[in-house]
This record gives sequence, C-alpha cells and structure tokens, in this order.
Amino acid sequence: MAKSGAHILLECIAKEGVDVIFGYPGGVTLDIYDAMPEFDIRHVLVRHEQGAVHAADGYARASGKTGVCLVTSGPGATNTVTGIATAYADSIPLVVFTGQVPVNLIGNDAFQEVDILGITRPCTKHNYMVQSVKDLPQIVRRAFYIARSGRPGPVLVELPRNVLNESMKFNYPSEPVRMRTYNPNLKPNLNQLRKAAGAIAEAKRPLFLVGGGVIMANAGEAITRLANRYQIPVTSTLMGLGAFDGTSPLHLGMLGMHGIYAANMAVSKCDLLIAVGARFDDRVTGRVASFAPKAKIIHIDIDPTSIRKSVEVSIPVVADCRLALEELENILERQKIEGSVSSAEWLEQIDAWRRECPTRSATSSAAVTFSSSGQTDIPDDLVSVSADRDKGKAAFVRPQAVIETLYKLAGGAGNKTIIATEVGQHQMWVAQFYPFSHPRTLLTSGGLGTMGYGLPAAMGAQMALPDSLVIDVAGDGSIQMNLQELGTIAANRLPVKVIILNNHYLGMVRQLQEFFYKKNYQAVGMEVQPDFVQLAEAYGLDGYRVTCPDELEPVLREALASERAVIVDIHVEPEENVYPMVPAGSGLDEMLLA
Amino acid sequence: MRHVLSVLVENEPGVLSRVSGLFSGRGFNIESLNVAPTPDPETSHMTITTFGDDQILEQIVKQLRKLITVVKVIDFSSQATVEREMMLVRVGAEDGVREEILRLADIFRCKVVDVGHTELVLEASGDQEKLAAILSLLQKYGIREVARTGTVAMRRSLQPDYSKEQA
Repeated sequence: MAKSGAHILLECIAKEGVDVIFGYPGGVTLDIYDAMPEFDIRHVLVRHEQGAVHAADGYARASGKTGVCLVTSGPGATNTVTGIATAYADSIPLVVFTGQVPVNLIGNDAFQEVDILGITRPCTKHNYMVQSVKDLPQIVRRAFYIARSGRPGPVLVELPRNVLNESMKFNYPSEPVRMRTYNPNLKPNLNQLRKAAGAIAEAKRPLFLVGGGVIMANAGEAITRLANRYQIPVTSTLMGLGAFDGTSPLHLGMLGMHGIYAANMAVSKCDLLIAVGARFDDRVTGRVASFAPKAKIIHIDIDPTSIRKSVEVSIPVVADCRLALEELENILERQKIEGSVSSAEWLEQIDAWRRECPTRSATSSAAVTFSSSGQTDIPDDLVSVSADRDKGKAAFVRPQAVIETLYKLAGGAGNKTIIATEVGQHQMWVAQFYPFSHPRTLLTSGGLGTMGYGLPAAMGAQMALPDSLVIDVAGDGSIQMNLQELGTIAANRLPVKVIILNNHYLGMVRQLQEFFYKKNYQAVGMEVQPDFVQLAEAYGLDGYRVTCPDELEPVLREALASERAVIVDIHVEPEENVYPMVPAGSGLDEMLLA
Repeated sequence: MRHVLSVLVENEPGVLSRVSGLFSGRGFNIESLNVAPTPDPETSHMTITTFGDDQILEQIVKQLRKLITVVKVIDFSSQATVEREMMLVRVGAEDGVREEILRLADIFRCKVVDVGHTELVLEASGDQEKLAAILSLLQKYGIREVARTGTVAMRRSLQPDYSKEQA
C-alpha cells in the first residue's frame, strides 16, 4: 500500500517504542501533524523548541528510553541547538526531527530555511538529511540505532517538506539495522580486565570513580556488588550520582571543583582509581598534573576517545561498563580474591577526612542563628543583609537547609523521587546535600551547564513517570530562562514541583566575583523579578513563598503533597557560597573550605 | 611530529565538513587535506597531513574513527610508505634564463606544461623535500604562482600490512 512520507515517518517512530513526542508545529511539518491522529503517539506541545529538546532529554534520562522531538525548519530548528548540545555533552539518546523547505528550494535562502545540518554537526552524534522518501525508513531506523547504542547521543534528522508528502509502497523492514561504518564495541578485552583484577588485588587504597556512563549502561548494580564485596569506597561525578547508593557508608559523595572534602582527598591519596563511565572532565580533575598523583588508574569506558584524552591511564578498557564490570567480577571470583581490598588504615583515613570536614552536619547545625523576624521581602539594600549575617543573625533560610529538608521529605531509598536542577549554586547544593539512592533520579546538565534545563527536563520526566514525584530545584536566575514551559506544565496537568532557591543573584557568578574579583559585583543582581507566587497563579498553578526558616518545612511539606504543579519561592541567604571550592588551576586537595 | 593519515570515508554530502570540522573544532592542525574518489563509488579517500605529539595523534585517529561516516583510518607513520605530492609552478623565464630553468626542470624530472613569452609553468611531483628544493632553486627567477595537491600516500608492498590491526 502506498503511504506518504509523513505516515512512514510516524510508523517508523512508533515502531521504536516511542509514545511521546515533544514538539512545536510549523509550515513544513504540517503533513506529519495531519497524519498524527492515526498513531498511538502523544504529542506534547511545548512553548519553545528549546523546551522540547530539554523535555525529551529529561524523559530519556528518567526513563532510559530515547527522547524524541519534532520541530519546524529555520528558527524552530535553531532553537533546538542548546538542547541538542546539552544532550550531546551528557551523552543522552535523542532523535530530533526538524522540518526543512522542499529539496528544490534548499540553498535558495527560502523562508524559514537554515542549514541545520551544518549548524548541528559539531553537537550531534550524527545527523542526516532525508533526500527522498525511499531513504526515509532506513534513516529513521539508523537515527534511533545510533542515538541509543554505544556512547549514546543526540541524532538530528532533517525532513524536507516534499519528502513528507511523496508516497511510496512501504512495509516496515523486518531485518535489524546494520551499518558498515558504525558498530560499537561492547565486549571488554579480557587481558585488560585480568590486569585490572591484578591491580585491584594489589591495591591498598582503592577507589571507584563512577561517572554518568554507569547510569547509561545500567551498571550501578555491578558497581554496588563489587564495592560492597571488596570494601572499595566510591566517589561519583555529578553525572554519576545515583548509580551507587548515596547513603552507603562506602559512598564519599561527589568529587571535583565543588566536591566533598573526603572525596577529593581520597582521589588525591588513593593508590588505585577505578574510573567507570567517566571522562575526566576539567570540573572533575582540577589541575590534571596533580590529579590522583599516587594512583594507578583503570579506566573503563565505551568511548575510545575518552581514554587518554586528558588523563594518562595505566589500564584502559574500552567496553560497555556493565559487561566489563560483570566480567571483572568473574575474574576476581576465579582468582579467589576475598574480603576487603582496602586496608584498614585506608578506611580509617577516609573516616578521618569525613570527621575533619563533615558535609551534612555542618550546615544543618545551628552555626547560624536564625531569626524569624518576619522579613517578607528582599530588602532594598542587599548589603545590609550581609551585614546581618556577619552579626550571626541571618534573616533568611540557608539554601543547604532547603535541600536537606527536601531530602527529609521526599528522599531516601524508599522514594524514587526525581530531582531535576538548573545550573548554578543550587545545582551544587543538590549534588552535595541530597544523597541520591537510585540511578536516573538526578537530571542535571553536567557537561554543558545549561541554565534553563531543569524545568522542561522535569516536565519530560513527569511525562515518562506520571506517578513519580518530580521536583525541579532552581535558582531565581535559571528558572527565568525557560519559564514559558509553565504553560506546557499547566496544559498537560503535570504535577511538577518547582523549588526556587531565590537569592536575587546569579549566585555562582556572584561567588566567583566575590572570590576572584574583589566583590566587584557586575551583572549578577536579579533585583527585579516576577512575583513567583503570582506567576504560578497566573498559569493556574499553586504558588508558595518561604521567607524565614520556620516556614521552610511546613510549606515544603504542603507543596510536595499537592497533586498539582506548584512553585515554591524560597528566599535564601543572598550571599551564601558553595564550599568546598577548588579554584581554577588548583589540585583537588587544594580546596577552599569556607 | 608530522603524520600522514589515510582516511576512507562514505561518500555522503557533508563528509568533508565533518572531517574538517572535527579538526577545527578540536584545535587539531591540518597541513594538507586531499580528497578523491575511489574505485568504489560509495567511498572517497582522504589523505590528511597533520602534526602533533603522540597523545594528540591518538586523539585525532580515535576522533576520526568515531565519526559515523568514516570507514577506516590508518596512521602511516608506523609503516614504510611512498608519499607524493604534485605541484604546478609558474616561474618567470626571460630569454636569458629560460635554458637554465629547463635544465633544472630536467634534473628534477619536472614537465613543462605551459610556455609563455616571459614565463613557464612546470609540473613537479615528489615528496615534500623534493618540492621544497625545487621551489628554493626557482626562487631567484621569480615564482609567480604555485598550486599543490597536498600529500597522497600509500604503504609500501614489502612489509607486513598493519592496516588490518589498525582498522
């Protein structure tokens, strides 16, 4: 039977198991929308194409499936770029379909024509233009295959309008996708793994470094078994949080620029670092020359380019993380390695570091005297607030306390609460103060650091997991970058909870100006902002405000229990800083602690 | 160190831009890049001359292999190869010096491919050193224009074929 390109496209998408498309229509994609009612695919109309891509990204991270977007040509396509680059930096499987003017107009500077293939070449895993309807099925199938296999990533498919309304006879091909030039290696080299096992057996001060690849490969359980059985402590990158139980005594927390003290010290002193699914980002390593200076490094990653890109490693293993770890387990078993690999001194040393600079108790203790002076709004003069703090009387909630309260109310192993974040101080506080116990429960833009990611990502995650509690922890700066998606949240009755840590600043930038530019605060004030409670109400959502510590827990409790979407605007200490902090160009053991 | 890379790619629109974009985007150097069809209509062959230390070269090769449209990458620096480049040179050749230039051309086995009243166009081929020597010797007559193909290379027959291991 002859079918139109639009039909064939949707049939191929449906066959990939896609049930949701995040999109925004336009002139050249109308044929697809016309055919859509015939398919069991839900289309979510976003308010901006960037929101569509982040939503598909959040959907993919939370569910492990491939996220799908559909946008029109020209500005529709260019608006996806930040979202695509975000997904590329964090290896998230997406397929982004963009319309295009008909093939005969391409290159003509036609209305809403842009060279989106050229624009996205450096930020996609691959991209395609469909030149003719006969190529359409193969390209769509390859796009999904490339996006989710190997090291996942976004794939863009450009659909010229004529391809969508041309027809051809079509039966969905039964044979699996095979490509001559793309065939990612999944299986580990056993010799390398035997070397790795030998290094583990010899180590006295071993440490696992868990990255986002462990979550991608569903290798968290394998790490957990190995770490527990051989008593190997675990640190995690931002992207790896949740792969290993954050409440386990073996978990040291996140390492890196804003890493936990014990984690950064452990990396600096370990004699064996087993890095799995991590790419040694500069935010993780600090000064490379002094990264893990005493350690032999085992590096397991599916992407050969990750290996020896920034850090020299002794034992590289290019493979799927889960397969590699399972095989490593077998080898250790066969070699009859038993009991704790870590020496007693090593585990004691780690506990000593924890005592030296504890993360949780320090901030939740009464080091700061809160006063519930009934301050209801940001004072005109922010400086007076700092002066207040200096006297030991903060009028505001401490931002770290918000995260801890959030964990108390919604976290823990029993709850698979999903936390999305934007980018900035609040993101680091989430990473430091919210112990993630399950993979795929933290959605955050780690590699690209995209402000405005969290709200649409939370929306996408809520679409994937309608029964889960999904929270976007935001700053007052970031939340304003994709506010328009409140419309999508309202329209689809998605009960997303937005928690704004409102310090009336672009806090992370302000912190850098405080530390390194002598408090010359330029372009970081957010004095003028919407009344977020009224904003929520304007969208038909519920708004709450917290201005003093006493209100924090009861208001959060009520907001989280709501069945509707809510915004909680929490006025926090304006000049709070994220600690520890490793200044640019310093080693991980050279942290600023306060 | 200078490396010559042989890169077999799928013949799709945009493949050249994928490869060159990889080099510019990651700050790798390209000294020369040559693209031409192969007997298989579905592939093209690129010869890329680049330089960098071992770690950079390892990254270049791995990043090239990661491109979906790249079929095969060989770094020729680990094996014996023949390298050639072709060059056209327009050189000033007034009456008094034309004979000298023709003798030089003969020594270097260049061809004269065009003759004008006051200039000659020579076709030369060889490795980089030979072409550099020719240009140096022609300098004093006035080099008016140079067009070069960039290096192409092939492994020598009498040695183990490493390409299978490297693919």
